[in-house]
Amino acid sequence: MANDREHRTKMVPVPSKAIIPERDLDKTPILEASHLGIDFGGLTAVDDFNLTIGRTEIAGLIGPNGAGKTTVFNLLTKVYQPTRGTILLEGKDTHGMNTIQVNKLGIARTFQNIRLFDNLTVEDNVKVGLHNQMSYSMFSGVLRMPKYWKQERIAHERALELLSIFDMQDLADHKAGALPYGAQRRLEIVRALASNPSLLLLDEPAAGMNPSETSELMDNICKIRDTFQIAILLIEHDMNLVMGICEGICVLNYGKIIAKGTPEEIQANPQVIEAYLGKKKGEN
Amino acid sequence: MSKIKKLNKTTRSNFITYAIVIIAYILSQIFSSAGIMSNSLRGQLVPICAYVVMAISLNLTVGIMGELSLGHAGFMSVGAFTGVITAISLQDSVTSGPLRLLIAIVIGGIMAGIFSLIVAVPVLRLRGDYLAIVTLAFGEIIKNIVYCLYVGMDSNGLHIGTVSIEALQMEDGATTIINGPMGAVGITKLSTLLAGFLLILFSLFVVLNLIKSRSGRAIMALRDNRIAAESVGISPSKYKLMAFVTSAILAGMAGTLYAMNYSTVAAKKFDFNTSILVLVFVVLGGIGNIRGGIIAAVILTILPELLRQFSEYRMLTYAIVLILVMILTNGAKARQFLERIKGSLRFIKKKSDGGGAVNG
Repeated sequence: MANDREHRTKMVPVPSKAIIPERDLDKTPILEASHLGIDFGGLTAVDDFNLTIGRTEIAGLIGPNGAGKTTVFNLLTKVYQPTRGTILLEGKDTHGMNTIQVNKLGIARTFQNIRLFDNLTVEDNVKVGLHNQMSYSMFSGVLRMPKYWKQERIAHERALELLSIFDMQDLADHKAGALPYGAQRRLEIVRALASNPSLLLLDEPAAGMNPSETSELMDNICKIRDTFQIAILLIEHDMNLVMGICEGICVLNYGKIIAKGTPEEIQANPQVIEAYLGKKKGEN
Repeated sequence: MSKIKKLNKTTRSNFITYAIVIIAYILSQIFSSAGIMSNSLRGQLVPICAYVVMAISLNLTVGIMGELSLGHAGFMSVGAFTGVITAISLQDSVTSGPLRLLIAIVIGGIMAGIFSLIVAVPVLRLRGDYLAIVTLAFGEIIKNIVYCLYVGMDSNGLHIGTVSIEALQMEDGATTIINGPMGAVGITKLSTLLAGFLLILFSLFVVLNLIKSRSGRAIMALRDNRIAAESVGISPSKYKLMAFVTSAILAGMAGTLYAMNYSTVAAKKFDFNTSILVLVFVVLGGIGNIRGGIIAAVILTILPELLRQFSEYRMLTYAIVLILVMILTNGAKARQFLERIKGSLRFIKKKSDGGGAVNG
């Protein structure tokens, strides 16, 4: 009995770096989080979180409900300031930055509960994402200077181009709030892409989608990575999606990393199986 | 093709708004010159213009920025009294009336903008009810400041005090501009319907163009979802400040226009009731609906005049009309009825569009 418990608390050896596709090994990683942690009062939500993501890697972050996955996203995007640890984005320390600065530096995200600008059109939602790619001032906007027309035309074309990734250009004039659920999820990804990120964080992109929509989404995530040459970190409960497209997976439980590795390694990891399915009856 | 259609759709809606204002101006000019318009109604024309500008301005705060402001009359007040002081002190140096009015309106707007910057520091850190309470307090503070403000002018320039006109120790033959609780006195009426009309067009131009620009989209994005807007790199404080100050500047301009229509204006003209009145315009016209706000402002300013025959039941009737409008536009049955009318209109339009395509 005692031996078993000891075994349970012992950590699986954590590889120093997540799996980075071979072609990127010589480049610097896009994101390096080390010893990241946050406390809410006395509660430690995330502790000693280490993660390295390669420049064009698709990485997965999984774990049971309440494991702290979304908290990690909130730490990376500085919705919460971490209590401990450092986040390096393209080698730059993001210490003391806020959400806006981090976005300008290259992190964009989607949300678990969809957060769109419901009263704006689909196209305007994407144009809000393009906000920092445009530079004309309020006065040029109000006075309709040539700068306005030029940049708005480019933004319009760019927005339709981005929407066409998900074949949504026909919905451009619709109110975002009136879109069906799946389309709203896709629009969130398009909006995040519009802000020109180098790292895209997707919080449960396949939630509420049926199997055929999910497989379409998997193709699209790979397509996005290949076209934009960006890194993607995703939280997902759909194991087919995670095992199908992620090159590196990080498993979180009770705010701590319990395993890291390739999909095959994770699937075979007893610690992970235990976290998801519980211990075998005889072992307890 | 869709691009042209879209551009047409937004610009068409804006053109309708401009057209309504222009037609209303022409009609009121015709009516007043033909003598059909009653004297009391003619006297209301400039205040209507000022209230329309107020409705447009508050719509920017409430409808576009999505924050409830209960102290908008405060900015109107700042604009009004600054404008009056400017106009009176320029009486000798600028002889042309319209030019003096223009300068007064600009200075009034700028002053209201400066005040809004000061207020914005605490206000824009707050949200919802708390923001409403602070703006309400601001309106009251402005009113009380003007209550104890004494401004006069003599050959040495402007004198400002808070005790009494005598305490300003001005030379003989000095002009009193603001006399404490009495408010501004001795104003030369400079506001005209044309000035009001141009100011409405100006504020429409500013607000409608702002909405359809990068900054306007950012403001509306913050209204719809602040966290998501921040995640794509939009700074809440910058764009909220932009909307708030623009709104205050327009309110200040409306205030100057309003004040320059009377020979005396007291601070209590711009109290809480005025703020609520403007809010009623915005709510009744549809929050965020600029055109609706304009129409509501016109109707609700004329209504008390039209209801004069009900004498003492006037305000009661006014309230009943307000309640009826709310019920009629929100009731399920009334909604269905309106939808049916809209549906048949669309059908007619489709028919005519189809005909056009065949011809083309």
